[in-house]
Amino acid sequence: MDKVLIIGGGIAGMEAAGQLLKLGYEPVIAEKEDHLGGHVAGWHKLFPDMMDASALIEQLASKLDGATVYLRTRVAYMNRLKDGYSVMLSNGTGLVCRAVLIASGFRLFDAAKKEEYGYGVYDHVITNSDLEAWFNGVEDFRVPENPRHIAFVHCVGSRDLKAGNPQCSKVCCMTAIKQAIEMKEKFPDAEIWCFYMDLRLFGKKYEDFYINAQRDHGIHFVRGRVSEVGEDIDGRVVLKAEDTLAGTQVKLKADLLVLMAGMLCNEDTATIASMVRAAVDSDGFMRSRDNIYRINESNRPGIFFAGACTGTKTVPETVAEARAAALDIHNYLSGND
Amino acid sequence: MIYEGKQKIWSDYQKEIPDDHWYFVRSCIRQNFFPASERMFTEITRNVLGKDVHETPYHTTCGGIAYHCDTIPHETVMTIVARQFSLMTEAGYENYAASCITSFGNYTEVLETWHEYPELEARIRENLWKACRREFNKPKYLAHSSDLIYKWRNEIAARARHLLIDRHTGEPLRIVEHIGCHYSKMFPSKGVGGAEYPYVLCGMIESWGGQVVDYPERRHCCGYGFRQYHVQANRGYSVSNTHKKFESMEPYRPDAIITNCPGCPYFLDRWQYVIAEQTGKTYGRNGFGIPVLTYEELAGLVLGYNPWDLGLQLHQVAVEPLLDKMGVEFDPDAKYAGLNKEDLLRPGLPVNMKCF
Repeated sequence: MDKVLIIGGGIAGMEAAGQLLKLGYEPVIAEKEDHLGGHVAGWHKLFPDMMDASALIEQLASKLDGATVYLRTRVAYMNRLKDGYSVMLSNGTGLVCRAVLIASGFRLFDAAKKEEYGYGVYDHVITNSDLEAWFNGVEDFRVPENPRHIAFVHCVGSRDLKAGNPQCSKVCCMTAIKQAIEMKEKFPDAEIWCFYMDLRLFGKKYEDFYINAQRDHGIHFVRGRVSEVGEDIDGRVVLKAEDTLAGTQVKLKADLLVLMAGMLCNEDTATIASMVRAAVDSDGFMRSRDNIYRINESNRPGIFFAGACTGTKTVPETVAEARAAALDIHNYLSGND
Repeated sequence: MIYEGKQKIWSDYQKEIPDDHWYFVRSCIRQNFFPASERMFTEITRNVLGKDVHETPYHTTCGGIAYHCDTIPHETVMTIVARQFSLMTEAGYENYAASCITSFGNYTEVLETWHEYPELEARIRENLWKACRREFNKPKYLAHSSDLIYKWRNEIAARARHLLIDRHTGEPLRIVEHIGCHYSKMFPSKGVGGAEYPYVLCGMIESWGGQVVDYPERRHCCGYGFRQYHVQANRGYSVSNTHKKFESMEPYRPDAIITNCPGCPYFLDRWQYVIAEQTGKTYGRNGFGIPVLTYEELAGLVLGYNPWDLGLQLHQVAVEPLLDKMGVEFDPDAKYAGLNKEDLLRPGLPVNMKCF
């Protein structure tokens, strides 16, 4: 049967590999990290059901029997053949395949670039990703023992022309609400504040989550951007923001500040795209043939996309796209498209 | 505070500063506020460090105050700036150093504007030619004069007679650094250290043995803010901004404040008197205020100059507690002796803030 190269072993690559196995193909996953699961592997719980992220990874991994998985492996080069692609991986493996699925995902915005928020400078400033790692038991000296005031800043590096990223990262609003609720459950006496531009809660159960956060957990939502962050003599974080609904300035001292770092196109995107002359969009993500009906298809024959390599995606969207991509590949390889 | 985090940012915002041959332009107001500062800059750079620093009496205002008070348009400012550059060109220099922060911001803004809109530069060249038959080259390097003292800070440290160390305790003096808003807030890449964590004054403090105080309102305006002060009705707002900074820095018990702007040292110094008279509160120890110095004045103290030759008697807040900590010898009776030992008379003393 045909081999299909899958670039990226995150949840999109894993789900697509599982589906391709079922359809009778031989998926080969090339993953640059030393583990499968991508960003989700470092996450604690997933909204809206608060499912364990590790449970999802286990479920996806359980369907990979028969797939070839290369960890710490990148694509060294890829050449177009008459009817497929010749690929050399960084581990020296060569393969010829008629279809390639790019599932190279995203990277998180480096929150230190928003210098005014003091990530990497002030003692108690962390990112959404750091907090998930802490939820998973990773020790972090920046998270105080019993925080009484916690603040979340949405849209860090997202919808930010100055940072060069106009796109909405889609998941940060819900992630902030989820993490705020989790922190409130851990520290019931803590006052928690979320500073947002807009709340973009479009998915099933998302609005319920938001109402729940306010009604049942007393989490405060302030519509306004944080302009600057400092540190007081006790090491507490001092935030200045504008409350655009109340029309006033807000100054808040917090024991912990969590920055919701946004999603950017992966650094590898341009390299991979250039190997097969696939088109890249203005936001740096891969360009689908269209954004309505053929999101999984590229402008090159045999090159398909799944997940966040084409733009910011939620976990359910990514998994659904991976299944769709597997079916598209099957149709392509069997001449049904 | 994670010092390495700041170091990383500082390393991202370093600018090229040539080591010699500078065309230097003074500020409109600094010589009235802190009369020896610019004199000390030329003294240190020329006579102590042996640098070529050139000035001309034909230099005028850059138009910055009027521009930021919304009384003249930018095109006028650009033509004034073009004339300043023509003086530099005429003198045979290509490195331009401004003593005033607003001028530095102004020059930076003009050069950036011309870079983005070359047709505007062409029009300004035409304006200048029509107005005074002058032509100019743009500076190859533009710096604020504090950039130069920052560059040569270690050479000054090597000649130091008094370090920023409390001689009574052996501990580094705690120094607040305050950067003028127009230094790097408009163009972060043009200032040493960027906009959020400027390093230009921190570098001097560290080189000269002191400890930098970082406090929550560090980035806040000194209170001058042009229209905040120049419109008389807004002066309460000006004081309230200064008050906010002092309330924020108070817990750190700073020994001194240094600044690199014409307005900032004036307002941080004078408004301490106003706050003390209005509220009875002082922010230094034992009823004194916190001494506020320009970086040239501080460099002068470090190099062992007589504090009264540095013009420190014209400060509102008494500088004697700082001189005592640094071990600077001074004659209290000579404080108000002017040039040729002329008696300048004694100023009236505040009620609530200790002064000499």
